[in-house]
Amino acid sequence: MNVIEVQGLTKSFGTRKVVDDVSLTVEKGEIAGFLGPNGSGKTTCIRMMCGLLTPDAGHGRVLGHDILREQRQIKLQVGYMTQKFSFYEDLSIRENLNFVAGLYGLPPDAVRDTLEDLGLTSRRDQLAGSLSGGWKQRLALAACIMHKPQLLMLDEPTAGVDPKARREFWDEIHELSARGLTVLVSTHYMDEAERCHRINYIAYGRLVAHGTVGQVIRDAGLATYTVETDRPGLVARQLAGAPGVDQVAPFGTTLHVTGTDPAALEAALREAGVAWQPSETSLEDVFIRLMEQSQDNMT
Amino acid sequence: MSWFSLRRLRALLSKEIIQMRRDRVTFAMMLGVPLMQLLLFGYAINNYPKHLPAALVAPTQDRFTRAMVSALELTGYYDFTHTTASAAEADSLIARGEVAFVVTIPSDFGQRVERGDNPQILIEADATDPSVASGAISTLGKVAEGALSREIGRDAIPAPVNIVVHRRYNPEGITQYNIIPGLMGVILQMILVMMTSMALTRESERGTMENLLAMPATPLEIMLGKIIPYMCVGAVQVAVVLLVARGLFGVPFVGSFGLLAGGIFAFVLSMVILGYLISTMARTQMQAMQLAFFFFLPSLMLSGFMFPFRGMPGWAQMLGECFPLTHFLRLIRGVMLKGANHADVAQPIAALAVFVLIFGALALSRFRQTLD
Repeated sequence: MNVIEVQGLTKSFGTRKVVDDVSLTVEKGEIAGFLGPNGSGKTTCIRMMCGLLTPDAGHGRVLGHDILREQRQIKLQVGYMTQKFSFYEDLSIRENLNFVAGLYGLPPDAVRDTLEDLGLTSRRDQLAGSLSGGWKQRLALAACIMHKPQLLMLDEPTAGVDPKARREFWDEIHELSARGLTVLVSTHYMDEAERCHRINYIAYGRLVAHGTVGQVIRDAGLATYTVETDRPGLVARQLAGAPGVDQVAPFGTTLHVTGTDPAALEAALREAGVAWQPSETSLEDVFIRLMEQSQDNMT
Repeated sequence: MSWFSLRRLRALLSKEIIQMRRDRVTFAMMLGVPLMQLLLFGYAINNYPKHLPAALVAPTQDRFTRAMVSALELTGYYDFTHTTASAAEADSLIARGEVAFVVTIPSDFGQRVERGDNPQILIEADATDPSVASGAISTLGKVAEGALSREIGRDAIPAPVNIVVHRRYNPEGITQYNIIPGLMGVILQMILVMMTSMALTRESERGTMENLLAMPATPLEIMLGKIIPYMCVGAVQVAVVLLVARGLFGVPFVGSFGLLAGGIFAFVLSMVILGYLISTMARTQMQAMQLAFFFFLPSLMLSGFMFPFRGMPGWAQMLGECFPLTHFLRLIRGVMLKGANHADVAQPIAALAVFVLIFGALALSRFRQTLD
């Protein structure tokens, strides 16, 4: 049985369709990435799956419970970490954990163990509002796995967190997944996407790609070449808009040139008279391509 | 850069106007409330109330008694809603607050008028609100003499009527006796409604609502979790007000303490639930505050705290009945000043219980378990 299995989720706010016919499957124990630009409907999707929003259309099951009728059971077995820190800043770390433990009916040991795991025992009486971004994130994660959920939904958990804390956070996620926990995590960092078992890419409310990182890149059917040049700005301007060239992205002194038709792309590069060599298409190239495509579809 | 630019000003103004228009509730209140309250209070308040309900205790119905009764009714102050021969029944009517006066015309009234032997009338006034009784009492002497002289005939000069006035429950007409118990209701109302009205809006504004909803807490739990702390605050306030009432103002305390405590409990409960109901309706703390004030003013004015309840026209009294404070004032004045018993205050207690149920049901049905 899949942990998440939803079909045709649709949600509008006013006249704006924020999520449009999104279907999603997440298998037990996997880390599923939920990717997409800002405002693409990731948060709304997650909220619908954990019972915080009622979909306008669509149906499905989370942990075997109907998302329209059994929100309460879902809430009991899901750990949901909100995008914005949403514990009480005017409560201490311990008071926050006590509050959560109380709501889930956990024994007092749970709070003590969590404080120890976090390494926060000595700072337990500090107000949550005075914690740094990284610590707030660790506190929030600890609070939402305290009741031993079977599914974690993390909404951009690493926004505003430094690289070291991010690395540690992802190590922790992999450890939890190894213990059998299923994780759905939304992000717009490409390096984080690559740490997921499978990714789902959503743009403008529509699911436009899904699969493993390799599959998504392959399915995009893009050819990428790198161009070594000492005048990247000039060459980029020259190449942009040329037939066959879809994207030109400067990386220091090299340019990544991407297009769907390799022959046309090579012709354009020859025309420009620059040295080029074939290269791997990155996830970022694919995402920018997907985003532009769905934007075209919207207008 | 010049110190003033019309363009900057216009930009600021249009921004303010857009924001104002977006906040519909505030906008409606800014325009509607002053107008409404002006109309409401302008017509409702009357410090010289007339047509006060009165009970007549008249064992005999001779012509002099009838003349007195019709003369009293003609003053416009008295409406004899109850006629009885039993002093005990009249007593319970005034204790329950169903009548403001009991007029007793003794059985020998007629005989004494004919004999020219100082006839007596006893007027007992409910003086818990001193201003209610004063107008009605001040005109009595002239009215009585006029009535009797018409009845006896032009030439005869009747013996002066001896009108005995008993200001019941508050013989010295001390306003504080009336004000202090009422003030307790007003203070409880202000603080409790205001505080609880922020309960949910604060959660939403700080972004903690999403997390709260994602965790397994039921609407009723959330409501109780929010209101119970304020019930404790209310209990402390009650203790303070009662101590001050007794210690500083010497307000008499003649009734049952248990009954008083029960009544206060019902009132406090209705207030915190009302506050919570407001917080389920408001989107921001600012709106919650405004809604709370929107409730305070009419409640203060129409409950009988500021002005005599009976002085208001019928429609305003009907409106006044819709505020818990009105019923609480009857209850607390009845118990503290009149020593009212269970049966006497059953009606206000029942009314408060109805408010608790209505507010509670509305709040629970308004509470959204999702972020929709």
